[in-house]
Amino acid sequence: MRHLKLLRIGPIGFRIGSHWRRPIAALDELYRDYPGPRDDIADFNVHLFAARPWRRVLRPSVHIAGDFVIPDAAPLPLAQGLLAAEMGMNLQMALGLRRYLLLHASMVERNGRAVLMTGISGAGKSTLAALLMARGWRLMGDEFALIDCATGLAHAFPRLVSLKNEAIDVVTQALPGARFGPLLQGTPKGAIRHLVPDARAIAAMEVPAEPSLILFPRFGFEPAERPVLPSEAFVRLTQSSTNYVALAERGFEALTRLVQTVPARAIDYPDAATALAMVEALA
Amino acid sequence: MNPALLLAGVLRDPATIADLAAPDWNALWAVARAEQLAGTLAHRIAGLPMPEAAAQLVADAIVSAEQGRTAALWEAEMARRALAELDVPVVLLKGTAYAAAGLSPSVGRVIGDLDILVPRDAMAAVEAALLAASWEWVKPDPYDDAYYRRWMHELPPLIHRDRDKMIDVHHTILPLTARIRPDAAALLADSVALGNGLRMLGAQDMLCHAAAHLFADGDLAGGMRNLWDIHCLLGEFGFDGLAERAAQHGLGAAMARAVRQSVRLYGTEAPPKWQGWDALDPLFHRRLTARDAWGRSTRKAVQLGFYIRSHLLRMPPAMLARHLWTKWRKGYRPA
Repeated sequence: MRHLKLLRIGPIGFRIGSHWRRPIAALDELYRDYPGPRDDIADFNVHLFAARPWRRVLRPSVHIAGDFVIPDAAPLPLAQGLLAAEMGMNLQMALGLRRYLLLHASMVERNGRAVLMTGISGAGKSTLAALLMARGWRLMGDEFALIDCATGLAHAFPRLVSLKNEAIDVVTQALPGARFGPLLQGTPKGAIRHLVPDARAIAAMEVPAEPSLILFPRFGFEPAERPVLPSEAFVRLTQSSTNYVALAERGFEALTRLVQTVPARAIDYPDAATALAMVEALA
Repeated sequence: MNPALLLAGVLRDPATIADLAAPDWNALWAVARAEQLAGTLAHRIAGLPMPEAAAQLVADAIVSAEQGRTAALWEAEMARRALAELDVPVVLLKGTAYAAAGLSPSVGRVIGDLDILVPRDAMAAVEAALLAASWEWVKPDPYDDAYYRRWMHELPPLIHRDRDKMIDVHHTILPLTARIRPDAAALLADSVALGNGLRMLGAQDMLCHAAAHLFADGDLAGGMRNLWDIHCLLGEFGFDGLAERAAQHGLGAAMARAVRQSVRLYGTEAPPKWQGWDALDPLFHRRLTARDAWGRSTRKAVQLGFYIRSHLLRMPPAMLARHLWTKWRKGYRPA
């Protein structure tokens, strides 16, 4: 691999290799304040490569692979190389992580207490996390929350925040001074723009927090709120974890402990301002 | 240094990690993962002085392998229960057998599918019992299904509906289309009872199966792991009676090559008559160690050669042509 980037997000080190300079240059720029992997030894490798040599230059198409792969992962055009790198890192986490229970959730922290937000795509996880960051919360991550099976603490994974479609304008307005990646049009998930987490989120990315609230937000409904029983939270979180089954007993114990010690609420919201008020009233 | 040789060197002599710089560590793990040897590597180097980040990878891999072992043994127990009524011998093969018997290749080893050997005349009953116990067909294609049933040494793979685990039910250890016809009755007759109500192959047969799998079948993909099994089994069982047993199965040449390759790659201790290096051995060695520092496979021409060889081993040319034509029309292309 001709071009190389080493970086660490929270506790996880990555080594990303690419046939092209562009995706690595984008990572260099947007992750410039992030450290390298501990001891320069990565937890995961990501490869961005051309399936055939001529596809490096002719209609370049970026294939994604790494230590852990899924069959038939669709390639992306070179203009979306940054997205390919992000997807590659997410894929390694989803398929390969065994050190923590991985929950597909965004997470913010205030006074040492972490709020986890999980739900289907479009529920507003990333948007709410970014807007809460704008209001002074520490962003711990917009995609994955890492639960330590031994201590129950939540570890941060503050990768670039992936904003999609309408959320891009909402967050750009809320964070006029923030750094953003290029606007990527026409990706498999529509328009995407990456937001660089603020200096505080990066500086504190090794600091875990005690989970204090689990939220199941839903966007596009009249404001409503209800408590979620531990049993329901358990089932929904098994569905939002990619490694719950692989962790077996450790995963079961970490997850039962989480839902038995941390209250959970489902919140419906019609717009961001309502959601922020609801979250801050609950947390 | 070739990163596959780096991995082999560390498995051979774990103390050599003292000389590794960070890029070497990254290459070592990438290749170990690609060759399904991460857990094995972890157990080999655990406890030695190393950078903290490497020690963390070791700890993760050991926990992962232990969970894989528990799940594999549970899967074997599920099969035992499903087949208990039939009163046929059920012989565990490969990874699950090593784990059930506590043999040295099982330390840290990834265990894929559950492979079992049963008498050929019991295949229909075994299939029915597994289907009744919630295993389901994986191959929806009628050509593939018919091909398995007519020509293969195993049933089409079955997958368990709830546990999502695959079982391969064998009645011998090489396809029926191959020129070599191992003595399946002898494999069963000389199998050994395990404490859990299941059986495993006798020591020499276990080695013959590993050698047949690696050198008389398939294209050597993931061969470093299979050769490591052979290296460990040779250390465990030695060479007594091995040549004779291999010859009985028609696997003398495959066994001899397995030993030579294991001596070369892992430094296996072997009697002089097993050592040496024939004209094709360098090519096998190149195929086995075709990895770059990212764990990606290299030497595409060598690989393609072994891919073609695997098919020639598996079936006569006219049949191969018909098979490849059918698969091509169905849209299959070699990776």
